Amino acid sequence: MKFRGREAFTGSRPYRLLPLRFRRLPWDPSRAFVSSMSGDWLLMEHATLERVIDRVLAADDPVLTDMEARHLIARDIDRSTLAPLLSQYKARKAYLSQGPALHIIVVSLRCHHTCSYCQVSRKPTGASSFDMSEEVANTVVERLFEWPSHTLTVELQGGEPLLHFERVHGLLSRIIERNQREHREIRFVIASTLHDLTDEQVQVLKTYNVQLSTSLDGPEALHNANRPRPERDSHARTLAGIERARATLGPGSVSALTTITRRSLEDPLAIIHEYRRRDFHSISLRPLSPYGFARKTVARTGYSIDEFLAFYRKALEIILSVNHDGYELEEGYASLLLSQLHTPFSHGYVDLRSPTGAGLGAVVYDYDGQVYPSDEARMLAAMGDTSFALGRVEESPRTWLSSPAMRRILDAGVAEALPGCSDCAYVPLCGADPIDHYARQGDPVGHRPTSDFCRKQMGMFDLLLERWELGSDADRRVLEQWALKAPRSTPSDDVSEAG
Amino acid sequence: MLPLDTKAKLTNWGHAPLLKVADLAEMAVGRFPFERMALDLRSIGQKSAATAELVGLPWAGFIANQDAQLPSGRPGVVLDDRAGIVRPGDVIELQPLRSRVLVRYRRGDASNVLFATEQCNSYCMMCSQPPHDVDDAWRIEQMCELVKLIDADTPSLAISGGEPTLLGAGLNRVIGHCADRLPATPLHVLTNGRRFSAHGYAATFEAAHPALSWGVPLYGDHFCLHDYVVQSSGAFAETIKGLYALHQAGQRIEIRVVLVKPTVERLQELVRYLYRNLPFVEHVALMGIEPTGFAKAHYDDIWIDPADMADALEAAVEFLAARSMAVSLFNLPLCALSRSLWPFARQSISNWKRDYLPPCEGCLVRERCAGFFSWTTDAWTSRAIRTITHHEEGVSCEKH
Ligand code: SF4
Ligand code: SF4
Repeated sequence: MKFRGREAFTGSRPYRLLPLRFRRLPWDPSRAFVSSMSGDWLLMEHATLERVIDRVLAADDPVLTDMEARHLIARDIDRSTLAPLLSQYKARKAYLSQGPALHIIVVSLRCHHTCSYCQVSRKPTGASSFDMSEEVANTVVERLFEWPSHTLTVELQGGEPLLHFERVHGLLSRIIERNQREHREIRFVIASTLHDLTDEQVQVLKTYNVQLSTSLDGPEALHNANRPRPERDSHARTLAGIERARATLGPGSVSALTTITRRSLEDPLAIIHEYRRRDFHSISLRPLSPYGFARKTVARTGYSIDEFLAFYRKALEIILSVNHDGYELEEGYASLLLSQLHTPFSHGYVDLRSPTGAGLGAVVYDYDGQVYPSDEARMLAAMGDTSFALGRVEESPRTWLSSPAMRRILDAGVAEALPGCSDCAYVPLCGADPIDHYARQGDPVGHRPTSDFCRKQMGMFDLLLERWELGSDADRRVLEQWALKAPRSTPSDDVSEAG
Repeated sequence: MLPLDTKAKLTNWGHAPLLKVADLAEMAVGRFPFERMALDLRSIGQKSAATAELVGLPWAGFIANQDAQLPSGRPGVVLDDRAGIVRPGDVIELQPLRSRVLVRYRRGDASNVLFATEQCNSYCMMCSQPPHDVDDAWRIEQMCELVKLIDADTPSLAISGGEPTLLGAGLNRVIGHCADRLPATPLHVLTNGRRFSAHGYAATFEAAHPALSWGVPLYGDHFCLHDYVVQSSGAFAETIKGLYALHQAGQRIEIRVVLVKPTVERLQELVRYLYRNLPFVEHVALMGIEPTGFAKAHYDDIWIDPADMADALEAAVEFLAARSMAVSLFNLPLCALSRSLWPFARQSISNWKRDYLPPCEGCLVRERCAGFFSWTTDAWTSRAIRTITHHEEGVSCEKH
């Protein structure tokens, strides 16, 4: 046998294009972001891409090698293999494998805030008719274990769930008791203002290893303006609650979400420094959503997505410099999107999936026994639109999944098949949110060019990619670190943004 | 370096079996039948201890320094072995025609290998064991016999070739024997993985052995490069499909990258490919070339001085480590590596083929340096070789 040179192994058939999508880089329109079916990608000259597509490139052009290794083209298909592409695709969609893992239980609608943008149509603190009854709670626990997922995240929320602590405690203990037989992996999260958190309650939470999710909108004045109480002590009470929880449950036991109101847009620095001051290593800057009461008060608290993106750009700079300063602080949504850009893995976040996470990744059990595929669907129902109600807890998950509401969601639930998304280079990393589009545009399919959801997604992807590509080594290291640390989808890591 | 064979005078042997070299301690343990053991008279010390009663036991034969020490009429091996090549606990093969004794298993050594076959379906440019197209199916039986004589507490065992999967179901038999006799011994099979692309073969190794893993080489992130290095069209596609089949069958996988020049030129792309497509692999070994076999004929095509791949190595290791993919450097001398890579470097060269060069005398890190293959010549030696003489930063950092 004789040894042969490289040219003997280049294959003999012309290359083929594999399914690919591209987008010109907003910060450098001569180049493009080119993505594969599974979200592997390459930045390249747009003109070169055109030459690839026109097949005028020489077979040994190095760019073809890079494109082949990222599954954008296949040279001699007899000698290469599509197995890696399929494997990547499967890894990307791993969140589909076990069925809904996030189960949100609305323990009570009572709340002591009167936030102008409240997403959950809260009720005054004394109105116990808005509490979940024991009977409903027991039925919810039965249903919970009818789902196949081995790992379950049970999130208790409200209103303010701690106002109905008896039910919280009852649910925790009943689920654990039931699990003696079931042997699932269960994680508990409670979304709370933490205002009235007592030491006795903390002891109970400790027993059940509960994680807390709260809201901290920034420094005192901003937080109190966003979250009014007659006593004007919302900020102080939340901080006291955080301290109390951390003292017993550990420094990492509380996570916080930042709702960005019109007022917040002016001062990203103050918000971020508040998080640093309070020893948080993660911040989640999220725009107001069009649900709850927010839609009615849009003139007072609202702003455009472009304004949000401008704010976010400033905030990202500040967060990066905080990191360069030696203090680790990640932004939650950036971590999620960066993980999709920089890792081959799936993620645990239910609001950015294709097929959609509504009903497939998450289920919401309302205080009154109604079942919804997402918190957004529940809020729509609270405003009188029950389009997306799946059924009642007395029925079976099978009935819910075969409901007309679920069918309507699924019809618009696969991003790769939606007008606009189907040609978008970010679609392998993005998701479908039919309920959001219904809420904002009156139609689950929606219209991408005027969709705030899409504008935010595309803006964020553009920004994060730009910042990564133009950033210093130190910037890149921070951004990649966020991506690598982001939770993967073993389904137990599923999270929602409730809070 | 301690050779694996030595001259011997063989007397009264009917056939040439594999033998466990036994001392009195071995006899006391009683794990192996007398018929499979050769009593090493050299280990007994004063002649007086070798009583008639002891010699009268049904040993397969005896090992001694001189003819005179052998019990007359019984099978015997006379060794001229001042170096201590054959020692109690070892398993030896007798080769009467060549008057030699081969050590097939060396007690306590971490790099014992079951040699599966000389055949291979690839023809790698840097192959250190050039394949031969011979029918050596007899090796299956010999490996099974050998496994029966190996110490139960052996720290590790490899199966290598040639290409072990060419044994087909024979490989399952050998691994099955290991599972029966050596269930606690980590077993590492070096394979090009191509055969596992055949439907169903990988699945036959499900639950085959409690501590089984596979070492599979990958030389490129695309077929042209890999196929060129292994000189076989279609090899890349088969290996990749084979890796997925192994993973599917619940097997543990190590990727072995020999650092030949064309591969080093795309090392960063290769590790990215591993992370994106094969993130389930347990370990990635980046390995210096073993300068023997075909490698010698392809010096110009494959040699790159480790000093010239410093940046590529550093970037590749950093990339994998940051992504929680375990990575090690094999066969690379410490002085040719940047300090940041030392924690990843392993003493990977088996001691029977490991040597050091003059600068290594008095080198501070020699005890944990991979050193060199015994057959390394000047042309295959990095220009960066130099004695590490004082406690420089990082030298004392043993942890990793
Ligand atoms: S929502 Fe927008 S950014 Fe996301 S895939 Fe669809 S078109 Fe692309
Ligand atoms: S001088 Fe020898 S022992 Fe020392 S690091 Fe170099 S190769 Fe290793």
